[in-house]
Amino acid sequence: MDYANTYMILVVVFGLFMAWGIGANDVANAMGTSVGSRALTLKQAVVVAAVFEFMGAYLAGGEVTKTIRKGIIDANLLSTMPNGADILIFGMLAALLAAAIWLLVASYFGWPVSTTHSIVGAIVGFAAVGIGVEAVKWSKVGSIVMSWFGAPMLAALISFIIFRSVQKLILDTDRPFENAKRYVPIYIFLAGFVISLVTLFKGLKHVGLNFSASINVQLAILVGLLIMMVGIYFIRKIKVDEAANKDFHYANVEKVFAVLMVVTASAMAFAHGSNDVANAVGPIAAVVSVVSNGGAIAAKSVMPSWILLLGGIGIVLGLLTYGARVMATIGQKITELTPSRGFAAELSAASTVVIASGTGLPVSTTQTLVGAVLGVGFARGIAALDMRVIRTIFMSWVVTLPAGALLAILFFFTLKGIFL
Amino acid sequence: MGNYFSGIFARSPISPLQQHMAKVQACISELEALFESVIEKDFESVEATQQRISALENEADDLKKELRLHLPKGMFLPVARGDILNVLTMQDRIANRSKDIAGIVTGRKMVLPEPMAESFLKLVSRSVDASAQAQVAINELDELVETGFRGGEVTLVEKMLIKLDEIESDTDTLQRETRAILFELEPSLPPVEVMFLYQLIHWAGDLADLAQRVGSRLQLMLAR
Repeated sequence: MDYANTYMILVVVFGLFMAWGIGANDVANAMGTSVGSRALTLKQAVVVAAVFEFMGAYLAGGEVTKTIRKGIIDANLLSTMPNGADILIFGMLAALLAAAIWLLVASYFGWPVSTTHSIVGAIVGFAAVGIGVEAVKWSKVGSIVMSWFGAPMLAALISFIIFRSVQKLILDTDRPFENAKRYVPIYIFLAGFVISLVTLFKGLKHVGLNFSASINVQLAILVGLLIMMVGIYFIRKIKVDEAANKDFHYANVEKVFAVLMVVTASAMAFAHGSNDVANAVGPIAAVVSVVSNGGAIAAKSVMPSWILLLGGIGIVLGLLTYGARVMATIGQKITELTPSRGFAAELSAASTVVIASGTGLPVSTTQTLVGAVLGVGFARGIAALDMRVIRTIFMSWVVTLPAGALLAILFFFTLKGIFL
Repeated sequence: MGNYFSGIFARSPISPLQQHMAKVQACISELEALFESVIEKDFESVEATQQRISALENEADDLKKELRLHLPKGMFLPVARGDILNVLTMQDRIANRSKDIAGIVTGRKMVLPEPMAESFLKLVSRSVDASAQAQVAINELDELVETGFRGGEVTLVEKMLIKLDEIESDTDTLQRETRAILFELEPSLPPVEVMFLYQLIHWAGDLADLAQRVGSRLQLMLAR
């Protein structure tokens, strides 16, 4: 471990760079729907995103980080090989750099890119080529890949059910406005409950809180009720605009959904932070663990929570410096999505992603959200979706995986040549 | 830098379809003014109205092409793409037929025989009503998308379509009555003129048929 300090500095810099990239690009996808549907102004969306991305990253980002850090590569194999610790460090550095650069290149050209797919591709790539095919935990990789199919499909199913329930309870009734006021608080409760439940079960250990399961459930109900009460307060404040209703009969109903969308947008930002922060800090955690153990690859080690903090800060920085602009562009382009649909898509995508975060599966937030939007479309809720673009987004990881892998292999051998 | 995510939301064909129908309605509405001028034998005004109708038909054509261009295959819509294009075609044919009518009236400097004028005007204005009713229904399309083509909104539109059928059936009656009057007049008029008057009655009734067909295409969208 001659270069321990150099490794630490490099990995933190690369990791911050990656987190910045995630904040600059990905967050806008997660939040753009809220801006587009006019549920939030751009400024409000940036504030909501900053706060909840950070909370998601810090409170619920641990499990996925663990997967990226030590779930993909077989540490036992590395600890028995010569220079195993250095090889792991080079690999993680290379993976970070590869994913970050690929993210940058793809966003520059406007190609669909998933940070999750690029980091997983990069780690698998360097491990398979740099160490050996047997160094990859293929069963774990298999379940990750399955989740890339599963998450969008689950999100589509959930959003379909949510939107059909909205139709049944509110939109297709004789008094949609009254029913919206009655039922929207329940959806608000649901959003608050799901998010806080997963956080309580998975996130609060490193903050020093550890409750029993039943207390967790009770707390989540309490949080859900609190958020619901705030929501009811704002719903009561809505002024009915008769003139707007003449042109479009559902103008006032949508206003009620706009309140709900503020909640689901927060949930979406939280979910995104909880899953995607790992793409930036997982490799940092891996390197820090090796370095702090004096060059030994420990099978069991606790991840210091400052790493998640760092990732959260990086994402927020990316959002503030660049992501806000991307969000504005997206918001302007998404005009057909009204709050009643936007919320259904967001609530479903956020729940799916948060559950994935809780089980430690790195999924693509954007693809999950696209799946959720499709679900609303299946319920005949969206005027027009471009299937060609949707197909490109889902196919993008076929390119992203090898691209991330190739770049990572390149950087891995370069680093190895420099330091070893 | 392009963003791919917003690209999944394509431009909705609903509002362009409604704009096209509004243009078509503006076009067909001119027919009432046209025939009032014909009855007053004010040929300058007839020609001016014909020009307006022709211009409106052109504008409707442009809107039609624009909508078709923005509705390529691979769109995921709440209604069948073919249904939308069918409605569009039917709407467009209302404008085309209006243009045909105005063209033949102006080109042949046609006059309406006094005894059938009132009945014929009624027929034209009822056909305009039919098209207006079709427009009312088409204007509900955005609400239908909002509700996902279910529930009370569907019932509302179905009621509108029943009213459209009633108006169309009125025009059938008016067509018969006008033809009967013309039949009585036949001996006193030049045969060629009579032929074209029958043609005119046929086309005026056709307008309501086309409006009804817009409605029946809309019905198909509801039924899916």
